[in-house]
This record gives sequence, C-alpha cells and structure tokens, in this order.
Amino acid sequence: MIVFILARLLQAIPVLIAVGVIAFAMFRYVGDPIGAMLGQDYSDAHRAELMHKLGLDQPAYVQFFRFLWNALHGNFGISYRVGEPVATLFAQRLPATLELAITATVLAVLVAIPAGVYAGIWPRSWVSRALMVGSLLGVSLPTFLIGVLLILAFSVQLGWLPSFGRGHVVHLGFWTTGFLTLSGLRALVLPAITLGMFELTLIMRLVRAEMLEVLRSDYIKFARARGLRARTIYFGHALKNTLVPVITIIGLQLGGVVAYSVVTETVFQWPGVGLLFIQSVAAADIPVMAAYLLLVGVVFVTINLVVDLLYYAVDPRLRVERPGHGR
Amino acid sequence: MSAPLLGVADLTVEFPTRRGILRALDAVSFAIAPGEILGMVGESGAGKSLTGAAIIGLLAPPGRIAGGEVRLEGARIDHLPAEAMRRIRGRRIGAIFQDPLTTLNPLYTIGRQLTETIRTHLPMSAAEARTRAIRWLDEVGIPAAARRIDAYPHEFSGGQRQRVVIALALCAEPRLVIADEPTTALDVSIQAQIIALLKRLAREHGTAVLLITHDMGVIAETADRVAVMYAGRIAEIGPVAEVIRAPAHPYTEGLMASIPPLEHRLERLAQIEGAMPRLNAIPDGCAFHPRCPRAIDRCRGERPALTPAGATMAACLLAHA
Amino acid sequence: MSATLARWRDSDLWHSFTHSPVALGATLLAAVFFVGAFGAPWIAPHDPFNIASLSLLNSFRHPFASWTYPLGTDEQGRDMLSAIMFGTRVSLLVGAAAVIFALVAGVGIGLVAGYAGGWLDGLLMRIADIQLTFPAILMALLIDGVFSALVPRDRHDSVQIYVIVLAIGISRWPQFARVVRGSTLVERGKDYVAAARVIGIGRGRILLGHILPNVLGPVLVIGTLTLGLAILDEATLSFLGVGLPQTQPSLGTLIRIGDDFLFSGQWWVTVFPGVALMLLVLAINLLGDWLRDALNPRLR
Repeated sequence: MIVFILARLLQAIPVLIAVGVIAFAMFRYVGDPIGAMLGQDYSDAHRAELMHKLGLDQPAYVQFFRFLWNALHGNFGISYRVGEPVATLFAQRLPATLELAITATVLAVLVAIPAGVYAGIWPRSWVSRALMVGSLLGVSLPTFLIGVLLILAFSVQLGWLPSFGRGHVVHLGFWTTGFLTLSGLRALVLPAITLGMFELTLIMRLVRAEMLEVLRSDYIKFARARGLRARTIYFGHALKNTLVPVITIIGLQLGGVVAYSVVTETVFQWPGVGLLFIQSVAAADIPVMAAYLLLVGVVFVTINLVVDLLYYAVDPRLRVERPGHGR
Repeated sequence: MSAPLLGVADLTVEFPTRRGILRALDAVSFAIAPGEILGMVGESGAGKSLTGAAIIGLLAPPGRIAGGEVRLEGARIDHLPAEAMRRIRGRRIGAIFQDPLTTLNPLYTIGRQLTETIRTHLPMSAAEARTRAIRWLDEVGIPAAARRIDAYPHEFSGGQRQRVVIALALCAEPRLVIADEPTTALDVSIQAQIIALLKRLAREHGTAVLLITHDMGVIAETADRVAVMYAGRIAEIGPVAEVIRAPAHPYTEGLMASIPPLEHRLERLAQIEGAMPRLNAIPDGCAFHPRCPRAIDRCRGERPALTPAGATMAACLLAHA
Repeated sequence: MSATLARWRDSDLWHSFTHSPVALGATLLAAVFFVGAFGAPWIAPHDPFNIASLSLLNSFRHPFASWTYPLGTDEQGRDMLSAIMFGTRVSLLVGAAAVIFALVAGVGIGLVAGYAGGWLDGLLMRIADIQLTFPAILMALLIDGVFSALVPRDRHDSVQIYVIVLAIGISRWPQFARVVRGSTLVERGKDYVAAARVIGIGRGRILLGHILPNVLGPVLVIGTLTLGLAILDEATLSFLGVGLPQTQPSLGTLIRIGDDFLFSGQWWVTVFPGVALMLLVLAINLLGDWLRDALNPRLR
C-alpha cells in the first residue's frame, strides 16, 4: 500500500517539474515584468538596477529555483493588472470556485449514476432513449451556451433565479461560503447546473455503456442462475463492476470542471479563480497566469493520485502483492 | 420409471430475427429422475446449452420458449412470473457454468458470494450461512476452507474456482443441477477431478444432474443415461451403456466411433462427413440426412419421431424399419 | 492508398450510410450549413459587413416579422440570418484550420513515435499523455494568453485568428498522435513493411506510402469528432472575449455580442447564433459517431 502510494508520487514529480518549468518560463520570459513595474518612463540605469534587485540578472536555473521556492511559500509575484500579490487574489477567490466545482460535481454524479444505471438496465425503454438523445444534445451544447440559455429562461423570462454573482456570503475565517444563506444557494443553482451538465452527460453515457457490458458478463449470468434478487444483481454486483472506469472518468472530468469553471464563472460573473484567470488572459497578466498553471497542475496531480487510490479500494485484484514477494 | 424430477415435453425455443424466425430447439422431450445423471451431448450449436438456459428461465432475449412445457416435480415452470422463477433458480435448480475464470464476480470474496446465495434462499443468520459456506467449501475440496473463505476469486487457481462454482450451485441443496460444459475450460489434468467431485456430490446429496458436454468420454464416465442432440432435436436417448454398445441412430454411431479417451476433447466430430446445418438451413425430413451414410428417400421428406429402438429411443426411420 | 479508398467505397460502408437515417439526416444538416456558410457572399440576403447599408432605424427588428429580416436584426440593424451565415463561415474555417494543424502535427508525431520506438517514442507519448490530462480548452487559453503577451498590442486584431488556430491546434494534437502511433506499431510488425524494408525502400516512403494509408480510417473519425470540438473551442474562446476580434465575428462572437442584450429582451440576437452553433456541432458529432461505428476501428 505504502509502496503503491510512493510509486505514484514519484511518477507525479516529473509532471509537476514540467509544469513548474513552463510556469517559470512564462513568468520570466513572456511579457515584460520590469516594464510592468516601472511604467512608461524609465532609464536603462533604472532598469538594470531593478533587474539586479529582483535577481533577474542571475542564471536561469538560479531564478527557476527561487521561483519554485517562492511559489512553495505562497509568493507568486504581483499581478500586472491589479497590482496586488497574486497569492492574495487567489486566496480571496478560491472558496467561490471550490464551492461551485464541488456542487456541480456532486449534482452531476447524483443524477448521472442513477440515470445511467436505469438506461443500462432497460436500454429499450423510452425514458432511456430520451436520456440518450438528451445527452447527445448536452455534448453538442457548449458550456457557455447552456449558461446563456439558462439565464434567458430562469432569470430573464421567469425571473426565478439570479444570473450573476454569489449572493450573500458568510465569512468563516479565511473562507467565504455561499452555502449558508438563501441568496447564496439561489445564486449557486444556475452556475452549478451549467458547469455540471457536460460532466453529467459524460458520466451517464459511460455508466450506461459499462452497465450494458457488465450485464452481459458471465458472472452476472451466474448471479442470475444463483437466483439472486434483481436489486442485488444490479446494484450489488453490476454497479460495483462499473465503478473502476466511472471513477476514472469522474476523476479526469474533475479536471474538466476546473477548466470549464473559467467559462461558467465568466457567464455568471462568479467571483472565482476562473474569472480571475480569464481577465488575466485578456490583459496578458502573466504572473496570475503562471500561478494559475501551477495551481491547476497541482490539482490535477492530486486528482490523479486520489483516483489511483480509489481503484485500489474498489478492485481487490490490484491489491495482489507484486511478483517476487507474493504467493 | 418413477415420477420424474424434471419433465421436458416438446420444448421449442425460437429466435425472431430480421430474416425470419430461427427454431433453435425443436420439440425436445426428455425426463430426469431424482438422483439421476443425464448426459446431453452434441456438437456446438446443437442446442444443448440452450436447453439448459430454457429450463432455468434464462434464455437470452430475443430467444423465447415458443412451445412445449417444462415440469419440475410435476409443476410447470415454463412461463412462470420472473420472481417465482428466481426463487427456483439456486434453490431447486442449481447451475454450473463453463468458465470458472469469468463466472465469479472478481470484486467480492467467495465467502460473500456463497453467503448471499445461501441467505437468498434459506432463512439463516449471517453466522449460520457462513458456517454452511465453510462446510461447502470443505466439501468441494478447498483446503483450509475456514481461512480461504475470505479470499477473492483471483487468489484461486482455475480448478479451485470451478470447485467454488460447484459449491455455489449446490449450497442451497437444489434437487437438480444443470452443469453446462463444467470441464471444458479447465486444464486436462483437472477435468477428471472435477467430474469425480461432481459425481460424488450428486450421489451423496441425491442431486440429479443434467450434464451438458460435447465430450462423449465425460458422459461415458459419469452419466446414467445420455441424450444425443443434433440441430436442435434429440436424435437418440437411452442408458449410456446401451447407447455406446448398440447405437440406433447413425449419428450416434458416428459419435461413438469417435469416443476419445477422457484426456482428449474434440470440438467437432471429424468422423462424420460434413457439418451440422445452420439454424436457418435445417433440411426437411430428418435433419441429419445430408450427412447420413445410410439415408434413403423417405428421410428427405418424413421427419422421424423419437420411438423405441432396442434398448434406447431413436429418431431414425431406419432404426425400427 | 487505393486499398484504403477501396475499403471506404466498400459496399458495407455505403450500405450502412444509406441505411442510417441518422447519418443521412446529419449529412443533410451539415450540407445546409456548408452551403450557407461558404455561399454566404452570394446567397446571404444582406452584407453584414457593409457599414453603409446598415441603418440604426433597422436595429432590433423582431424575428419572423418580415421576409427582409427573417431572424430579426441586432443593435446595429444587421440581419441576423446573414450574420449567422458569415459567422458559421468563420467558425468552420477556424475549426477546420485548427483540425488540419492538429492532424498534420499529430499524425506526423504519431508516425515517428510508432516507427522509431525507443526513447523518442517514450518522450513524445509522455508529452502527449501529460497534455491529455489537461483539458484542451485550458491549454488553448494558456497558449492564447502567452501569444497575446508576446504580440504587440496594436497588432493583436490582425494576428488573432492565427493565434486561435494555433492555440486550438496545439491543444488537440495528442489524440491523433496516440491513435496513429498505436496503428503504426501494429503495421510496422507486418510482413509488407518488412518486405518494403528489405527491397530498400526508404524510411520516409515506408511511413508515407505504406503505413499512413492504413491508419487513415481512425484519423478520419478523430478528425471529424475533433472538428466539432475545435468549433466549440473557438466559440468558447470568442465568447470569453479572448478569441476572434469583433471585426470577424464567428458564432461564438455573435453569442457574446447578443449576451449583452439578454436582459433588454432582444433574445434572438443570442439565441439564433446559439442554435446554429448547436445544430452545426450536433451534425458533425453525429457524422463522427456514425463514421466510427461504421469503420469500427478500436478507438480510444
């Protein structure tokens, strides 16, 4: 078990280093950090002095390690656009993004798995067919358009739900949450549906396909021949066997959720990290972009690690000791 | 014959397809007495496995029973409601499948699979079910059963897994077990052990067995009577010794000429010229006539019924001519 | 080449096409979009880029109210139908260019990796794997952002379309590379490649003349599905305001513009381009799905 985790961690290191190098290269060589700090009028002497002060005249590898060192201590530089420390900007906005992403994922999983199981068990029923057609439409609809259409329907036409912002948030130490107020929850509905929709359709289609596959397997036929109850067969035997691929997709899609939170946050003016990132891309605010890249890199590596550990928990075959010291 | 445990009469199974209806089983009739082992032999596609699936009500759609009846201890069990049929499966009719590597759910311990089967059918506490599961593992020859019960399927060898499958089929003490090619997927060296185990358990528990195989050698070793299937019909049925010694149907004759020792299996019966017809091209009259060395004109137009021929019953016009 | 073409013309594929209502419908839908988009300069009822013809008197006309402006007009009095036709043209062109970039790069890298094997294969596929873990849209956004930082601000509008093509193209090459590498590994081991090598045919000619035709089926399928994705990528970037400039509005840009008028009641300015985008991508996805099932290569 410990060996397994260590091996996975070792595999993650090159990825993190690669992400670090790219982030550093962006931070240091793209754009003009000195120009951004000095503004319009400065002499060459000024420039050289500041470069020396910031250590920008040192060899690249020294700068790289200092960049990493600073990043590890939460220092990602100053935003060109806002003029505030990048770390502060992120700390303010991370809770909004996390609450949105978690709500969207939970929503997607809670709807997608039962729907996928249903469509897998009764593939010919009209409900299943409707679900499949709906999911194809869902895949062809870009996230931003889902958001726009939801706003049109529920905010503009019906006036039921707010179309932008987080509503009232409650401060809990460094964290701000919208879960505790009615307006916060109302504000969460449309963005969470928008963000979760793609994931929902994907998971549903996958669960259905895996259920169909598993239900054809010999062990399910044998379970029927043993006279087990249908509920036990579907939810005890079949569903568990679909979990490994489903966990993979949920894990990988968590990455997609992070990515599309950029889009969703823009549509709903949700004050999260994604909106910050898109504003930075538009303004070529390199320090924020570099920090975002690092953050996303860490999130992805963590997700992959957790997915691997979940496999381990679900599938006993992976728990076999390695050849050499096994039975 | 005493009252049969299982009675199958004129069982017909059809598959509707786009190009018409395929008749996969055509008026199959036989009976199994309590404690009897009936072998069922034939080439791939002759309808052996389908017969088993039809009896336990697990025909894969769109296959369906189109005619005839199946009686278990006198009561009809074809066309029972799904829930009633489920209660019969595992409790009154057990099943053993071909490939033990794929018939066990890889994600659950064998103990869990055994106890869930036992508790589905018998009113037992978890502890009682576990004791019974251990006893059954012991009985099918799993060493250190009390410890191994918490192991996962992948921790057992193929032969051991088939022993577990047998325990799963028998753990609720059904009166009848349908064993569909129980040794085909196993190593040759293991096959004899599994057959011996099945035979011993059937005798000790008084369980009747429908033993489906394409291996005439296994039948000769194990069965009391044998039914020979050809193109979805029974060609000949009778006591094993008689069928081997004096086969009445030309197809059986060809089959007997090819009995290999137990160590050998054969996929097709090479001793008979030609191949079994496909379901969409079964000839009129006797289905075997195009391959039959002794066919006469009548065989082309007249379908022979299963009638007594010496010590056995055969569906051949020549057998009682 | 001829062998592959013959296989495509093979009656099975043709039969499956003519007997699949979904494939026929999707083709018809796609054809409508293609004709509308590429015939736009000739058949569009108005020229949305001719400032002289625009009149604010015509702004925000309701849809379905007149034959002159069947889908209504936007805030500048532009005919929505014409704007959508020209927008579809931009979306299709950018999407296709990005797919071609990704296809050429991915197929090239895949061929080299599969044929060369060894450390080069390991390195290229590791890069592909890492990139596949990151969502393509995020890659495209980052590439877009880096390019905008590198290009002087006053030249942004003129180069932006190439930046978008590159950003989407670079973010979408790994799928092609993975599949082509897999097929190349299989083909490399076959007799005809060994035979070609023995009679002294050069490596480049083996790759292009012998192996490439055999991997075209899966590449075609991925190319079709990627076109749908690339069009969505472009629309998303444009909607986010980091895509194409408003002087060359794509469907995504039109939706972004329309989004501003959502609350003032002019829903058609955003809904019609949105529906067009959805139908276009749906048609392409259906075609891609059908093609995959019909060719049935083991894709993943």
